[in-house]
Amino acid sequence: MSKAMPAVHELQESLAGPRAVINGGAPMRLESGAMLGPVTVAYQTWGELNAERSNVVLVCHALTGDQYAVGTHPITGKPGWWESMIGPGKSIDTDRFFVICPNCLGGCMGTTGPAATNPETGEPYGTSFPVITIRDMVQAQAMLLDTLGIDKVMCVIGGSMGAMQVLDWAACFPERVVSAVAIAGAARHSAQNIAFHEVGRQAIMADPDWCNGFYFREGKRPESGLSVARMAAHITYLSEPALWRKFGRALQDRYTKSYGFDADFQVESYLRYQGASFVQRFDANAYLYITRAMDYFDLEADYQGELANAFRGARTRFLLLSFTSDWLFPTSESKEVVRAMNRAAANVSFVEVESDKGHDAFLLDEPDMFATVGGFVDSVAREQEAGR
Amino acid sequence: MSLLSGSRGRFVLGHNEYGLRPDLALVASMVEPGTRLLDVGCGDGALLEYLVKVKGCDGRGMEISQAGVNACVARGLSVVQGDADRHLVDYPDDSFDYVLLSQTLQAVRSPREVLLQMLRLADTTIVSFLNYGHWAARWSMVTRGRMPHTRALSTPWFETPNIHPCTVKDFMDLTRILKLGTGRAYGLAKEREVTTITHGFEGQANLFAEQAVFELLRPQQPKGKKRRPA
Repeated sequence: MSKAMPAVHELQESLAGPRAVINGGAPMRLESGAMLGPVTVAYQTWGELNAERSNVVLVCHALTGDQYAVGTHPITGKPGWWESMIGPGKSIDTDRFFVICPNCLGGCMGTTGPAATNPETGEPYGTSFPVITIRDMVQAQAMLLDTLGIDKVMCVIGGSMGAMQVLDWAACFPERVVSAVAIAGAARHSAQNIAFHEVGRQAIMADPDWCNGFYFREGKRPESGLSVARMAAHITYLSEPALWRKFGRALQDRYTKSYGFDADFQVESYLRYQGASFVQRFDANAYLYITRAMDYFDLEADYQGELANAFRGARTRFLLLSFTSDWLFPTSESKEVVRAMNRAAANVSFVEVESDKGHDAFLLDEPDMFATVGGFVDSVAREQEAGR
Repeated sequence: MSLLSGSRGRFVLGHNEYGLRPDLALVASMVEPGTRLLDVGCGDGALLEYLVKVKGCDGRGMEISQAGVNACVARGLSVVQGDADRHLVDYPDDSFDYVLLSQTLQAVRSPREVLLQMLRLADTTIVSFLNYGHWAARWSMVTRGRMPHTRALSTPWFETPNIHPCTVKDFMDLTRILKLGTGRAYGLAKEREVTTITHGFEGQANLFAEQAVFELLRPQQPKGKKRRPA
């Protein structure tokens, strides 16, 4: 990959798509107590908002996702990350629903984050950016909807970190969320997951080009650190059967071992490619901040150690999905949430989808997932129409 | 109850206007409208949908198969994938007014534990099952020397999900062992013929019922039912 490509923080202003200044341009108070602002949220939409403004589907992206869920990505040129789920006639049918996907707070695709320009200094925030949480992301999304004049969301849906936001949405704004779909998520980040994130962060911070987070001043980018972080994380998104099926022990472009440290194995080459391509579209500081936000997420602790309190009295209809081979956000985590929802007598459906593709299954072609989500969203829409 | 018509002790089940299978319609007729309930092994959700949409119940389901859960979710029902043996423990005590178990008891690993769990979640359960004591089943077994093969029991032994076959008398023995109270109880034959099962006369139902439906109450509980306000 060429060094000549502009860094993500240099691309901020040029990225395609609408963006909105939320909270009337006033700073927003973060969960930490810090003030941040003015905050801009970049987003994408598909489909038409109906006259009653009742057909809104809010899509929350995962750690390294962005608002380009559908359509060609402006940097990578690749298709959107959830093309399989969202589109005309698909599970989230853009012929019927108005789908909106914002870039999360702290992200690097146009929403205010460490790569964005700090209006006070005229340079990117870098590590002067305040630490944010999942709740801050959710508050920013809610403010975006306020700005757009949208009160209720027919469905809020997301996988992984997106699922964390979905659960937090339901907890914070039960009256605004008609239904919520949390895929491959959890009510809190596990010790193991915090540990993996710490490995990634340390890889970034150990890169001399990180410059304590002010690499833009030096015209540098901690590419090798971010790349290693991505490589380590990517392993956690897959499963051993998926890796084995894809690569086994096959060698890359050679017939024998090199007796050196080249990428002899296809799996090594694949990971290096994943790392190298990731650094072209992601900001290292954003990776630090967003992983931290996930680590801090603990909905149970937010509700005095009883997760059920997060959902008590909610009229929201919930759907939770997990995947059998997901060891990053295993089924047991989703079931923990389902049990809490049962304690709160909430309306919850739950399915464990059979898949050997690991955590990434939520981004892949999983017909059972599409059928479950499609049936759920359709029934919510029909119920809403019947109730009008 | 409009669903049932006939003389005392014997009824013929009317056609359910929503096309509900007769045994499910019988179960549905025993549920008070507007109550909270859990349907264990709810399949494609036909009974649960009827109870929620027609009888105004606040219903939840549990179903082992993904296809079943998907069908339920598409009907707008709240159903959790799980199995009765392992996942009833996930619900708190007294979560429901009723727990229903339609033709699932014989397919669970521990029928006894499942019944007790159900009665932990609600003070009333309604259980339906196939009666292996039906005369045709006995006749089939005696004359053929093989597992019963009748109109009601047509699945071969190697394919039936029913790993704990029982008769009406067997079932009643278990309720006595567990000291469960029994409320209403019905035998069902020829699809729609309902007979009230009364204590001391269960031999008749054991011989003539193809299916049985029992209302079970918690141990040592007076038969009068208390309902929490809706």
